[in-house]
Amino acid sequence: MKCSFYRGPIQIVNGSNQQILKVLKGVTDPEIPVLSLQDLGVIRNVSSSDMTIEVTITPTYSGCPAMELMEQSIVELLSGEFSKEIIVITKLSPAWTTDWMTEHGKKVLFEYGIMPPTKTGKIICPQCQSQQVELISQFGSTACKALYRCTDCLEPFDYFKCH
Amino acid sequence: MYNYIQNLADNTLILGQRLAQWCGHGPFLEEDLALTNTSLDILGQAQMLLNLAAEIKGDGSTADDLAFLRDAIGFKNVILVEQPNGDFAHTMLRQYFMDVYHVHLYTILSGSSNQSLAEIAEKSLKEVTYHLERSQLWMQRLAHGTKESIDRLQNALNELWHYTHELFEESEELDDLVEQGIAADPIHLKIHWEADVKEWLASTALTIPKTGWKATGGLNGHHSEYLGLMLCEMQFLQRAYPDCEW
Ligand SMILES: [Zn+2]
Repeated sequence: MKCSFYRGPIQIVNGSNQQILKVLKGVTDPEIPVLSLQDLGVIRNVSSSDMTIEVTITPTYSGCPAMELMEQSIVELLSGEFSKEIIVITKLSPAWTTDWMTEHGKKVLFEYGIMPPTKTGKIICPQCQSQQVELISQFGSTACKALYRCTDCLEPFDYFKCH
Repeated sequence: MYNYIQNLADNTLILGQRLAQWCGHGPFLEEDLALTNTSLDILGQAQMLLNLAAEIKGDGSTADDLAFLRDAIGFKNVILVEQPNGDFAHTMLRQYFMDVYHVHLYTILSGSSNQSLAEIAEKSLKEVTYHLERSQLWMQRLAHGTKESIDRLQNALNELWHYTHELFEESEELDDLVEQGIAADPIHLKIHWEADVKEWLASTALTIPKTGWKATGGLNGHHSEYLGLMLCEMQFLQRAYPDCEW
């Protein structure tokens, strides 16, 4: 790929970046408040100098209206903690994939009532853990989710699609 | 290069806007959400492409300027995407045509020698692949559904088929871009598009209309009356209150 630098989990370069990452844990997906941007795999790189902090993010879906808010939250939160200029850079490539969602992210999603992305094809009802589920619609409340129904407990639920 | 990016950007902007008009009018709630989520993805692609177009234009125009301050003649989209939504069969057939086109287009452009374009294509390909899964399912359901659904789909095919040729229009300028590895070859695109669409059609009782006219002009800014009417609504706020922000 063109910029292998951005592949895989973010690099924690030094102590001060670790501090930045800790603060960044407070920035969550506005649509799914339990999920931090790091767990979502949206934050691709963090670097800092004496004067600036640069955070590189990548959009989940190109039309996702939450991206702008995420950017604002990053700037607001980091400006509150560090007296440096905060720069948010958006990188399109490599394109975001749900493979970058952390295991912790998947766990909190499930507890929140959203089935996390899975490649096994085994979609489980987050309410009653039943595997007897059916697809209602390929799109749920947002572009990143599909709508399912559990045929055991009859509850509808969102599935965070593999992307 | 500007004209080419403008064509790609306007195809997505106008299609996304048309789909958004289904908001609150979908045949049922889930489908309403699906149509508008698809619209959102496509408008996101339009935004990325318009940003690139603005960058190439290089006169300080922004993506918003291009979207909201051009007149109909300045738009370079194919006439297919500006056609009214019609009934659900109509909208979904147009969507299927565009999804097949976009999947092949973005697959090729992911390897474009222009890196910005390649990155946009790589990002968009994932989205349109999912859109195609959905529109393909609808094509199966409608084409093998009731007499009513088959009739409606045939009507849509009769009306829309002649607009599809414009997606593969050739020009000298485009030839140059293909040569440089920037753009997708329209002949190549047409072969792939037709193979997919005709394979699906062969599995149905639908027939391609025989009359041989082909819509043309959109790429030069000559549009059907529907585009102007749509722009009136889409651009109203920026025209009435220039530079307003909220
Ligand atoms: Zn259940």
